[in-house]
Amino acid sequence: MAHAETLDAHDHTTTTQHASSNLAHHFDNLEQQREAGSLGMWLFLVTEIMFFGGLFTGYIIYRMQHPQAFAIASSTLNWKLGALNTVVLIVSSLTMALAVYFAQMGNRRSQIIFLVVTMLLGATFLVVKAFEYADKFEHHHFPGLNFQWNEAVPAGVSTHHIQMFYWIYFAMTGLHALHMIIGIGAMLFLIFYAYRGRYTPEYHAPVELTGLYWHFVDIVWIFLFPLLYLLGAHLTHGGGGGH
Amino acid sequence: MSSIDASVPPATRVAPPAADSRVRFAHDNYINANYGIKSWLLTKDHKRIALLYLASITVFFILGGIYALTIRLELLTPAGDIVQPMTYNKLFTQHGIIMIFFFLIPSIPAVLGNFLVPLMIGAKDLAFPKLNLLSWYLYLAGAIFTIWALLNGGIDTGWTFYTPYSTTFSNTYVVAAGLGIFINGFSSILTGLNFIVTIHTMRAPGMTWFRLPLFIWSHYATSLIMVLGTPVIAITILLVALERIVHIGIFDPRLGGDPVLFQHFFWFYSHPAVYIMILPSMGVVSELISTHSRKNVFGYSFVAFSSLAIAVFGFLVWGHHLFTSSQSVYAGMIFSFVSFAVAIPSAVKVFNWTATLYKGSISYDTPMLYALGFIGLFTIGGLTGLFLAALGLDVHLTDTYFIVAHFHYIMVGGALMGYLGGLHNWWPKITGRMYPEGWGRFSALVIFVGFNLTFFPQFLLGYLGMPRRYHAYAEEFQVLNVMSTAGASILGVGLLIPGIYFIWSMRYGKFAPANPWAATGLEWRTMSPPPTENFVRTPVVTWEAYEYRPMEEMEVIGPDKGNTAQPAHGEATKN
Amino acid sequence: MQLPRLPFTPEQASTVSGEVDALYTYLVAITLFFSVLVTVLIFYFAVKYRRRSENELPQPIAGSIKLETMWTVIPFLIAMTIFVWGASLYFTLYRPPKDAIEIYVVGKQWMWKFQHTEGQREINELHVPIGAKVKLTMTTEDVIHSFAVPAFRIRADVVPGRYTYAWFEATKTGRYHLFCTEFCGTNHSGMTGWVEVMEPTAYQAWLAGGGSDSPAAQGEKLFQSLGCATCHRTDTQGRGPVLTGVFGKPQRVQGGTDVVVDEAYLRESITNPAAKVVEGFQPIMPSYQGQVSEEQLLQLIAYIRSLGAPPGQQQQGAMTNGGTGREEPSTTTGTSPDTQRSNPLNSTSPRPGGSPVSTGNSNQTPGGNSNR
Repeated sequence: MAHAETLDAHDHTTTTQHASSNLAHHFDNLEQQREAGSLGMWLFLVTEIMFFGGLFTGYIIYRMQHPQAFAIASSTLNWKLGALNTVVLIVSSLTMALAVYFAQMGNRRSQIIFLVVTMLLGATFLVVKAFEYADKFEHHHFPGLNFQWNEAVPAGVSTHHIQMFYWIYFAMTGLHALHMIIGIGAMLFLIFYAYRGRYTPEYHAPVELTGLYWHFVDIVWIFLFPLLYLLGAHLTHGGGGGH
Repeated sequence: MSSIDASVPPATRVAPPAADSRVRFAHDNYINANYGIKSWLLTKDHKRIALLYLASITVFFILGGIYALTIRLELLTPAGDIVQPMTYNKLFTQHGIIMIFFFLIPSIPAVLGNFLVPLMIGAKDLAFPKLNLLSWYLYLAGAIFTIWALLNGGIDTGWTFYTPYSTTFSNTYVVAAGLGIFINGFSSILTGLNFIVTIHTMRAPGMTWFRLPLFIWSHYATSLIMVLGTPVIAITILLVALERIVHIGIFDPRLGGDPVLFQHFFWFYSHPAVYIMILPSMGVVSELISTHSRKNVFGYSFVAFSSLAIAVFGFLVWGHHLFTSSQSVYAGMIFSFVSFAVAIPSAVKVFNWTATLYKGSISYDTPMLYALGFIGLFTIGGLTGLFLAALGLDVHLTDTYFIVAHFHYIMVGGALMGYLGGLHNWWPKITGRMYPEGWGRFSALVIFVGFNLTFFPQFLLGYLGMPRRYHAYAEEFQVLNVMSTAGASILGVGLLIPGIYFIWSMRYGKFAPANPWAATGLEWRTMSPPPTENFVRTPVVTWEAYEYRPMEEMEVIGPDKGNTAQPAHGEATKN
Repeated sequence: MQLPRLPFTPEQASTVSGEVDALYTYLVAITLFFSVLVTVLIFYFAVKYRRRSENELPQPIAGSIKLETMWTVIPFLIAMTIFVWGASLYFTLYRPPKDAIEIYVVGKQWMWKFQHTEGQREINELHVPIGAKVKLTMTTEDVIHSFAVPAFRIRADVVPGRYTYAWFEATKTGRYHLFCTEFCGTNHSGMTGWVEVMEPTAYQAWLAGGGSDSPAAQGEKLFQSLGCATCHRTDTQGRGPVLTGVFGKPQRVQGGTDVVVDEAYLRESITNPAAKVVEGFQPIMPSYQGQVSEEQLLQLIAYIRSLGAPPGQQQQGAMTNGGTGREEPSTTTGTSPDTQRSNPLNSTSPRPGGSPVSTGNSNQTPGGNSNR
């Protein structure tokens, strides 16, 4: 069951007997296996939507009930860092897509480069997040543990609801960050196997599927960013509450 | 009536006993393929994983049953005299958690589904065998957390763990038990995901969607619910745990939260969950009725689509658990309407099953007895659901024993009967042995009687006003309670009997032929028990579901020509 | 609607019990019909078509669109009749009438506390007169409980942080079970009680037999002792809005929206005053969250409601001897202001001719459950 791995002048892997070694015994052919893997990943992402959906629902309900409190809390978030992170993630989706492309093309070197860049961008995101979290902790905005709201509170706003915003912020971005960490971990595996020449034009499903997962994590952030960071500008503009 | 090919004399329905009194199968199969505990604990064979699940859920069923019997014992007398109130609260909570999450939800899908889905569609395994094994380990991990919580003092919130009692007031192991259920939920999700992908991508050539057995349709619908619904309970449990640990105010009104929001979140999953529990059973019943009357299921596509309709509508009715909870009256009306709508597909199934019996060739084998029992009991249970969907009546009936009776009719009279019937029906295929038919019929009867005696009085108790989750009750309720406890003891005994003879049969039961019931599914066209790769040759399907064909087309699929006769006694089939 | 009672049903002791039982009977009939039909068919087919020889093979029968349509449409239509009946009954059950006696209910682990407007307080036992509409304004001090009286066929959860409502009109004297029916902790099964329905004269006698000040009188004492009167004066010089006659009327709050001054708004204004501050006032009122119990909140609310009833109006014990000025009675809203209560115990009618009571309905809040 050995497959012959040779590297030609352009560092492309050539496939000799890859099909048999990458085909799981219960599938009839690689096409079926690929289709199954793809459908499986899409289904998994649907479950993730339902999972995050619960938090989004909670956010929507409480925001509709307490728009001012949410706006005030949101304005303490650093939207510039949030925007930076958004750009970082979008670029990382691009580099991930390129990694998949080069895997499809059989270009081992470029595959690895772009996987590494994606990882680094993901790590950058997490580092920025870590700074944001530390800042929140310092300002006593971490709900449940050391929450203290020291600024003046306008009429009609309760600090309970301000704390609620923070807790939703930490829950959602924390869950998102957890998913990113898992994605980065998956990429470590991919880089390892890509280095070994495992991914070829015939078989690169793991890269594709990880790519799908990564894009999903990106999309979740694209929803989180405006909903969490940009409320302040939207709602407190013009002073006074109102929905 | 035409006959099955008379060239196969009836005597070969059951294979003659093996000469060797020790367990010796005549052919290589998935059970004797390897030995040793590692080969079972690290297996990727869907059939072995099904048996792993069978063992674990049986353990939990027994534990849940012990809780139930203790509860019924306490309820013999109006006063609370056997256990302390707090203990009683833990008993019914834990009975509910164990039976729902660790028995009913996995039962048919994880045991029968895992075993049969690949066989019925002509595949070698599920799409993701390793994920399948992971599913089982996640089940175990969840089970361990929950048992840890039970051993350390238990949980008393009711399986519905309403807030703010569960977040702020209860002093029991809510988080630990919640974590157990959370982890177990992922087991459910992965199983559902596996089934959907398998059914989509791994059907044998010629096995089109509308040639699939109805068992597959109902498992497909169940898997949709598992995949879409379970994440919501997962996040709900997380929110409750966070609120308990960190005291955020998401459900606590004193901190600006909304306790009724929890109920919406909880029931958004937990209502579809009851369809996870009943749909697979309905799939089993479709198979049992058709097999044991030797007829195709009447109205096949209606039955198939009704499973999907139940899955979809099931997500839209959760508010019927909140009719008295201060939910808006108008929202109540919408939920009530849709709750009536979701009853219709189930009614359609019942009528189609009954029509299948018309001009059939009906056997009274144990699986058929369970299937017929299911139809009757599910009809009653389902119709009592209409009582509860009717808003004005639900006000009087909710949170009483009427509800308890309603869901036990469906879960025990329905789901459990379907599970037992399915176990009996496919026991020959799974273990290669026959169970003793006489004991099978006897215990089915005992279970039926015991069940009705236990739960029918509870409908009456509910209308009279006896609340549920009551440790001590008003004196006038005693007679009906005594009847119910009497029934429970009969039911308990009845359930023990199959436990005993199933285990007995694995050692001493008659060896089973490939197709003891002369049924039509693909799973009957391979040996009992099947070889590890299920079929020695991929079947090619050219017939409709439940269609009887000439005998040579219904033979065991053999290696070369495809119509090898049954192996002679003692001769092993080598691949 | 009074039909003969089915066996195993509780007494019919309220105006709706009969109809609830009628709907139940209808459903029992439907259930019996279909279960018997299915059972008989199963038995009949199972016997008539039992397998007679080992090699029997029946003819397959594919299906029948006609049958499928029939047994889809007919059950659906039957289901719709049940739905409509049930929904209409539900509206009746959850729309307290405007002319009801009010009783306040506070659930707590593990007892039910009742407060009549005349001042009587009870625990676990509720006395009510026969033939009177009774509206229960309910809440809980801790977890969710549920107030259920099987003989009346009523039930409603009590939820922390809000008021929920139920109502009934008893039609038979007697003693009827009251149960808590939402699991609430260790002594959930002990949280039971009785509703005692009495003849009107007996009820009057019971009322007169003792008890403390009316809730409104107690509320007035709290109003003084908690310092409310300091800012909420009866003239416009106070730092807080004048409360006379304010109940049931819409108020403009900061932010430009209007709220109706009902029990929920008053409760919120005491526990979280900054939430909706009346326009034109500073948000300086301190919160009383944690300093007043649910019962005290109800008493304060009863007091505030009593402010502004027209002079000479016969009311149920809402004695306001604080010398507050009387303004025009409040307009009718979904809740029942004092002026609109029917009181079968009064010999005079509650609404003397010529009284400037507006009968237009500016219903801003439906009189059902407080919606969230």
